[in-house]
Amino acid sequence: MLTLVGRRILYAIPIAIGVSIVCFSLVYLAPGDPLQLLLPPDAPADAVAMIKHAYGFDRPIPVQYVLWLWRVLHGDFGVSIATRRPVLLEVSGSLYNTCMLTLFAVPIAFVIGYSFGAIAGCFPGKWIDRVVTGTAVMGVSLPNYWVGIVLVIAFSVEIIALPATGMGRGGSAGFNPLVWADAQYMILPVITLAMVPIGILARSTRAAVAEVQGLDFVTTLRAKGLSESAVIRHVLKNAMAPVLAVMGLQFGYLMGGSILIETVFTWPGSGFLLSKSIINRDIPVLQGAILVLAMIFVATNLCVDLLQAMIDPRIRRA
Amino acid sequence: MSLTQTAGTAIPAAWNDDGAPSVRVRTYWQSVGVRLRRDEVTLAFGAIVLAIVLVAIFAPALAPFDPYKGSIVGRLKPFGWRGHPLGTDELGRDLLSRLIYGARSSLLMGLVPVVVAMLTGGTLGVIAGFAGKRVNTVIMRMMDVFYAFPSVLLAVAISGAMGGGMLNGMIALSLVFIPALCRIAETATAQVRTLEYIEAARATGAGALTIIRHHVLGNVLGPVFIYASSLVSVAILLASGLSFLGLGIKPPTADWGLMLSTLRDSIYVNPWICALPGAAIFVTSICFNLLSDGIRAAMDVRL
Repeated sequence: MLTLVGRRILYAIPIAIGVSIVCFSLVYLAPGDPLQLLLPPDAPADAVAMIKHAYGFDRPIPVQYVLWLWRVLHGDFGVSIATRRPVLLEVSGSLYNTCMLTLFAVPIAFVIGYSFGAIAGCFPGKWIDRVVTGTAVMGVSLPNYWVGIVLVIAFSVEIIALPATGMGRGGSAGFNPLVWADAQYMILPVITLAMVPIGILARSTRAAVAEVQGLDFVTTLRAKGLSESAVIRHVLKNAMAPVLAVMGLQFGYLMGGSILIETVFTWPGSGFLLSKSIINRDIPVLQGAILVLAMIFVATNLCVDLLQAMIDPRIRRA
Repeated sequence: MSLTQTAGTAIPAAWNDDGAPSVRVRTYWQSVGVRLRRDEVTLAFGAIVLAIVLVAIFAPALAPFDPYKGSIVGRLKPFGWRGHPLGTDELGRDLLSRLIYGARSSLLMGLVPVVVAMLTGGTLGVIAGFAGKRVNTVIMRMMDVFYAFPSVLLAVAISGAMGGGMLNGMIALSLVFIPALCRIAETATAQVRTLEYIEAARATGAGALTIIRHHVLGNVLGPVFIYASSLVSVAILLASGLSFLGLGIKPPTADWGLMLSTLRDSIYVNPWICALPGAAIFVTSICFNLLSDGIRAAMDVRL
């Protein structure tokens, strides 16, 4: 197990370095001089020259990358052009808000997706399987931000039951998800967010359950005279590992990919920060947020790999 | 009687003069065709996809109004107002006409990046799988890095840095799809690379390009094509998302994602009009999805 942990971490390091190179080059993808993109447009000339030298923009690009990586590792992601605040502060604050949505949405999605997928997988070809599979295809094809808009129309415009956008009176400071006055702002975004992975989860659970059903050990269990519910319990446990992998990926997607949903609900999370930085052409924030979110995704994948190995000893030996 | 059966099913049709059963042999593509023709669901969704494509092509003839001509007094009018079947948008432009024209950019953004990614990713994958060793490591590790980004995030990062616009959006989406297609092409190539018939071809003096063209591509194209077809609906969703964020298609071009974004400000005036472009995205995406599922089943490809 320990060697496996070491191997997976070793494998993740080059990926993380690659991801950082992609994020670093974002500034060079942007049209115009990278220095102008990183500084406010009204920066005085001598300050520009000073920063150009201090940040190493007059050096070769590989050197610039190392200097940039060094600063990033020390928590210096640059300064936001729009707010003049350190990028790290902006990103970490918004990340907290995104986490709050994701932590509520993921368990909801998992319970619904897994149970429907399991039911469908237990009765392959029956009507319930067709209904679940059909609904799952619909779920995968839905533009999820549009679901958010439709929910807002239904619950905030047609019947005024829930707030449409934002985080309520106090904003993100002092937001308490356990108090109804604050929690009501979370309901629609959490539902919308939870809709994203349900379809994929149901699909992969169904496939995993159907596959395990066909394995020899299930036949053995039946032959031993185990009750159907006990057999199902064994099947579900064995189908869990691949589904967990999918769930982990989806968790990463939700952390990084909720940009559209957060924009619809103007929820001040990392996705909304990204969409603001695009509108303001705030490249330092764009770069910093993408880097942090991609690293979270890499870390999530690593954790899922290890978790899978913990659950399923067969993976450990492979 | 020659038996040139490849993957099709043989059906005894008649008896020969010498008493042996003559076998009518279906080629692979004939049996794919038969399976497709029996699959009514796929045919139905294929017909809808065809209809959407035709609507996009003949948009000027089908649209009842000019999609760019606005009216200051006729803004956000309800369904059926003065001959506008679906009402008007926030600038008084006919919504139905804009939805019809919107099919053009959605299909373009859905198909072009997938084709580009299929060609580049497929080529890279075949090269990686066929060359093996160091070339494989370099190409596949590079792909792993792009794989490490959630797709929405990568698309937003690239088009956000390069600035909006249709071309940049297409580049971003192509880059998002290349790694997955490359991986599939690589797996398929690596599977056949060590097989005996490739060895035999090499022994007879065939060059790498000849082997790839005659013996490898046939095994790679199927899985790559099937996977790419399933990406079309993803591309349509991602592209509409980019336009919604202000990347991708620029106003005043009619685009479903962009329409969602501008109409969203008017949900308190005429709520259900705002939902229409999203419904168009949904229908297009699900039809492509089910069509791709059906073709996969008919072609009997396992990914």
